Amino acid sequence: MDKKKRLFIQLLSCLLHNANLPGFFTGRIYQGPAKGICAPGLNCYSCPGAVCSCPIGALQASIGQSGRKLPLYIAGTLVLFGALLGRGICAFLCPFGLFQELLYKIPSKKFKKSSLSRKASLLKYLVLGIFVVYLPLFYLAKNGVGSPAFCKFICPAGTLEGGLPLMAANSRLRVIAGALFGWKLFVLVFVAIASVFLYRAFCRFICPLGAIYSLFNHYALFGVEVNESECIGCNECVKACKLDTKAINDRECIRCAECAGVCPRGAVAVGGTGKEKKWRINRKES
Amino acid sequence: MRKGWMKKRIITLTLLAVAVLFIVLGISQGDYYSTLQKAVRICLECIGIG
Repeated sequence: MDKKKRLFIQLLSCLLHNANLPGFFTGRIYQGPAKGICAPGLNCYSCPGAVCSCPIGALQASIGQSGRKLPLYIAGTLVLFGALLGRGICAFLCPFGLFQELLYKIPSKKFKKSSLSRKASLLKYLVLGIFVVYLPLFYLAKNGVGSPAFCKFICPAGTLEGGLPLMAANSRLRVIAGALFGWKLFVLVFVAIASVFLYRAFCRFICPLGAIYSLFNHYALFGVEVNESECIGCNECVKACKLDTKAINDRECIRCAECAGVCPRGAVAVGGTGKEKKWRINRKES
Repeated sequence: MRKGWMKKRIITLTLLAVAVLFIVLGISQGDYYSTLQKAVRICLECIGIG
């Protein structure tokens, strides 16, 4: 897939996730019925522009109340997005993924993937288990509702998209911001600096949403597919990938399809239907 | 290869069906409204105040 096309889709998605543009000037968040629906990407629902809910925020809120009922609505929404696109959402639709990719364009020394970064990429499953599920479920606030621990202590998207614009527009919020805001600002700055040197640092090592979508990567309807009869196993696709992939559509593949351009046999393509005619056979060698 | 592709697609369709079922059941137990109620208020934890 052409990089410019993907960038266009990412920008469009970012705009659609945050279509309530007047909110950035008034410091008020959108309160319409669409807020009850989850967006596919990591986009804080306290962002003044956000028109939908953040799936991770909504999942924690739902788990925090799950003493009463199972979080079926959010779970169903995540399974739906996962089964349709898998981690393709990270590559094409997530506004915070776009933010990191833009930072990576800053000229600097770039750290390549390694066996260590592949192991470190497992950290996001720990973040998912502890901060998104365990703490909201078992660490209850005084009112008996679980604390959204990931949003509270980690999420840099919340600080970037919600905290900073709201603080800029609302003087009362600036007054009550304390040590926690300082910590979250530190996390955001740390992630932003890391993203200049490491491709998609937050997505690779921390993002619990990416961890959830990765579970569906192999079965997602739309994304990158390999024509096994054309593949010669040269591994050029994996070598060219900046993420910690070991194979196309493994847990770290964000299905951006950039590897389609480096395959000498043209065996990688954006697919979904599995029809043979979709394959672009580009036999330079034969 | 065709057999493997069929198996994969059956799993995908099953997942989609489960997703739709969960969403419908979730809406019927009032999850949409609880998500909406949470999302229309500024989440102080999310922005680093709460």
